Amino acid sequence: MAGIVGYGAHLPRHRIKVEEIAKVWGADAPSYKKGLMLREKSVPPPDMDTITLAVEAAKNAFRRSGGVNAADIGAIYIGSESHPYAVKPSGTTVGEALGLTPHLHCADFEFACKAGSEAMFVAMSHIDSKAMKYAMAIAADTSQGAPSDALEFSAAAGAGAFIMGSENLIADCLFTHSYMTDMPDFWRREHEFYPQHGGRFTGEEAYFATTMGSSKAILEKSGMKPSDFAYAIFHQPNGKFPQRVSRMLGFTQEQIDPGWLAPRLGNTYSGASPIGLTATLDVAKPGDLIFMCSYGSGAGSDSFIWKVTDRIDEVRDKAVRTHKLLDENLTYVDYGTYAKYRRKIKKNY
Amino acid sequence: MTMFSSRSWREYPQRYRLEASKFKKSGKTYFPPRSIDPETGDTEQEMVVLPDTGKIVTYTIIRVAPGMWGDQSPYAIAIAELTDGTKLMAQMTDVDVETVKIGMEVRVEFRRIQTEGDAGVISYGYKFVPKWY
Amino acid sequence: MRDVCVVGVGMSKWGEVWRKSLRQLFVDAAADAVKNSGVDHLDSLYVGCMSGGMFVGQEHLGALMADYLGMRGLPAMRVESACASGGMSMRAAYMEVASGVSDIVLAGGVEKMTDCAGDDATYALAAAADQEYEVFHGATFPGLYAMMAHAHMAKYGTTRDMLSAVSVKNHKNGSMNPVAQYPFEITMEGVANSVMVADPLHILDCSPITDGAAAVIVTTEEVAKKLGKPYIKVTGTGCGTDTIALAQRDDLTVIKASQIAAGNALKMAGKTIKDIQFAEMHDCFTIAELIISESIGVFEPGKAGAAVLAGETALDGKFPINSSGGLKSKGHPVGATGIAQIVEVYKQLTGQAEGGRQIAGSPKIGMAQNMGGSGASSVVHILEVA
Repeated sequence: MAGIVGYGAHLPRHRIKVEEIAKVWGADAPSYKKGLMLREKSVPPPDMDTITLAVEAAKNAFRRSGGVNAADIGAIYIGSESHPYAVKPSGTTVGEALGLTPHLHCADFEFACKAGSEAMFVAMSHIDSKAMKYAMAIAADTSQGAPSDALEFSAAAGAGAFIMGSENLIADCLFTHSYMTDMPDFWRREHEFYPQHGGRFTGEEAYFATTMGSSKAILEKSGMKPSDFAYAIFHQPNGKFPQRVSRMLGFTQEQIDPGWLAPRLGNTYSGASPIGLTATLDVAKPGDLIFMCSYGSGAGSDSFIWKVTDRIDEVRDKAVRTHKLLDENLTYVDYGTYAKYRRKIKKNY
Repeated sequence: MTMFSSRSWREYPQRYRLEASKFKKSGKTYFPPRSIDPETGDTEQEMVVLPDTGKIVTYTIIRVAPGMWGDQSPYAIAIAELTDGTKLMAQMTDVDVETVKIGMEVRVEFRRIQTEGDAGVISYGYKFVPKWY
Repeated sequence: MRDVCVVGVGMSKWGEVWRKSLRQLFVDAAADAVKNSGVDHLDSLYVGCMSGGMFVGQEHLGALMADYLGMRGLPAMRVESACASGGMSMRAAYMEVASGVSDIVLAGGVEKMTDCAGDDATYALAAAADQEYEVFHGATFPGLYAMMAHAHMAKYGTTRDMLSAVSVKNHKNGSMNPVAQYPFEITMEGVANSVMVADPLHILDCSPITDGAAAVIVTTEEVAKKLGKPYIKVTGTGCGTDTIALAQRDDLTVIKASQIAAGNALKMAGKTIKDIQFAEMHDCFTIAELIISESIGVFEPGKAGAAVLAGETALDGKFPINSSGGLKSKGHPVGATGIAQIVEVYKQLTGQAEGGRQIAGSPKIGMAQNMGGSGASSVVHILEVA
């Protein structure tokens, strides 16, 4: 079966603390921090967007690919809810910057926070069908939460990129499962700047039901149980949801720890579980099984079971580790700078 | 003034991928690419991709910025010499401008360079970031 | 080639000239030059202008100016080499007279810079740099010269005081020039404490945005003699170029185009830099005056700053630079600057410099150095008493 030949991530260095946002809106920071299990989130500067994050993440994936030839990449798929253009693909720019063009299939995906795992899913299907030698899947977002909305505390930026192939794998994909229903839990209408959501309705019937549905199905399909896995990654709209759903399924805190980035990164939307996977691969050992389940409002979950190969030890330090990007070289911005960076201030542009 | 999109598009090979001209006779590399080697008049060349790290040769901090750049002011602009000896000018990003100095090690990153307001085309290209890892 | 002279100059008050348009600025200066020279006709006209198109949307300046000068039908042409447009206009007129094609040619320069927003002016000026590999990245003109300044400081230990001294000196000279935009003195502290524009350059290191024009009548010695007005000889003209993008230069502490231009002009005049007694230099930024005076050999590399501090380039120094006040105090309507330099050298050589800025000892030979962009083009003239 298909798997990962190269992986990489990229994150902004800027962060804003929950207290800084709460202060502006008169919100109670301690209860947000406790309720969402969130301390801070990443903030993209004005010269960074989904496309630039995708390019840098993809370069890191190439660095770990053991010399995959750009011309052998047959497709590029970018999953995001913040493509810089409403009409004009992100993938063409990213493909051009990486030197993958012109003999390339390209599509931009959108499925709220699951667009990135969709890209991974579709990229691997080209490998499994033997239509392509390699296919690139990128999950990237610079998501926006409406000012003062609960989402403003979490909407963050980051990217994870994967080169999928069938040989020289870092992680073999043993099983996949997709699960979806029509669920009006979170949406953004055409021409609207900020998304809207159904408040507490986004929890039990949406995130939890869908994540559980997909996770249970893939466990059943594979005949595996949570204790078989070294690690697990779930979609992380905040710190709390993935922790809770992992417990509901029988995973431990130790299993989710490496990929549980939301408390310090925020919700990177399409990037959330894919970036979590990059951070997990950074510490995984050959033979480890990794469980992954994304979630996208609307709603659906893509689940994957990865088996790490011997090659991980060779490649993990060929590019920067995700936790290094998460933990080091950080700079904290105040709300004014954040508002300027995220174009929340009305002015003449 | 609006920039017609073809103007940026034409520059993609060098702007997106740092493609440069390396001339056969002199072995010299020029960025951006050119058709004639100014030293030898040679026209035989091959395309090379520049390395993505180097160090700052000189710099300035733009504190009074044209409107398009206002949101990012103050920002640093630098000329860096890449590890192959080629020099190029770019904006610096992800840096506290007060720490920029000659000799600072930098890495080339892909960033937004210009946007034509909210509705126009977005121009991407290279910027320098401090090489912190 | 025939000997070429300058007889009669015209230049009105520079500054934010709200009441005059591009054409009126030029016509006033040109008509003054015609009147002061006593010529009864022109054979042709050159208009040096960097960017009528971007500043006020007007190109095709040769025909426009000939018409409004009351000389419809006159052969006329616009000359452009960014901020060296004026000097290039002078060079074109020189060549037309020297070659024998024409006897009486007006070399003029003009720029109307205040009829647009500051951003648009910045953008228009930036067109003199490499649009795709400098301006695209957010470089501004102060920024480009600031990068040269940092390189010069790193290599030679050039200091803030050395830069400030250029500005202070030029403002002192300009305070005596009745047509200067900013005819007042400034202090070292004033420069150092002014707003930082592009490190290490402060606003008082930078020449201003100016409306203005200047014109000179270029003719043969035979005609000049007959007119009976004071005239000077143009004994050398030189021009040179360099890479337009700074990143491609081997050495950012030298302006090679000026080195080439000055070398050619001196060679043509049969002189060395030691024979030159004073000069007008293109001090668009303080660092530029230091680098130029080193590049053309007035001072050893890295020694200009100390020389300025020691007063060697002051009006009463060994080698006065920018007795007019330079671009800094007199103003810098880009296309007019190169011609205004010729005007100043003419005044100094004919003993007509006003306001107490006449260089003592009746100088016999001066130089005008003009350049475009960050020094990618340069034009130098050697002028001598007749």
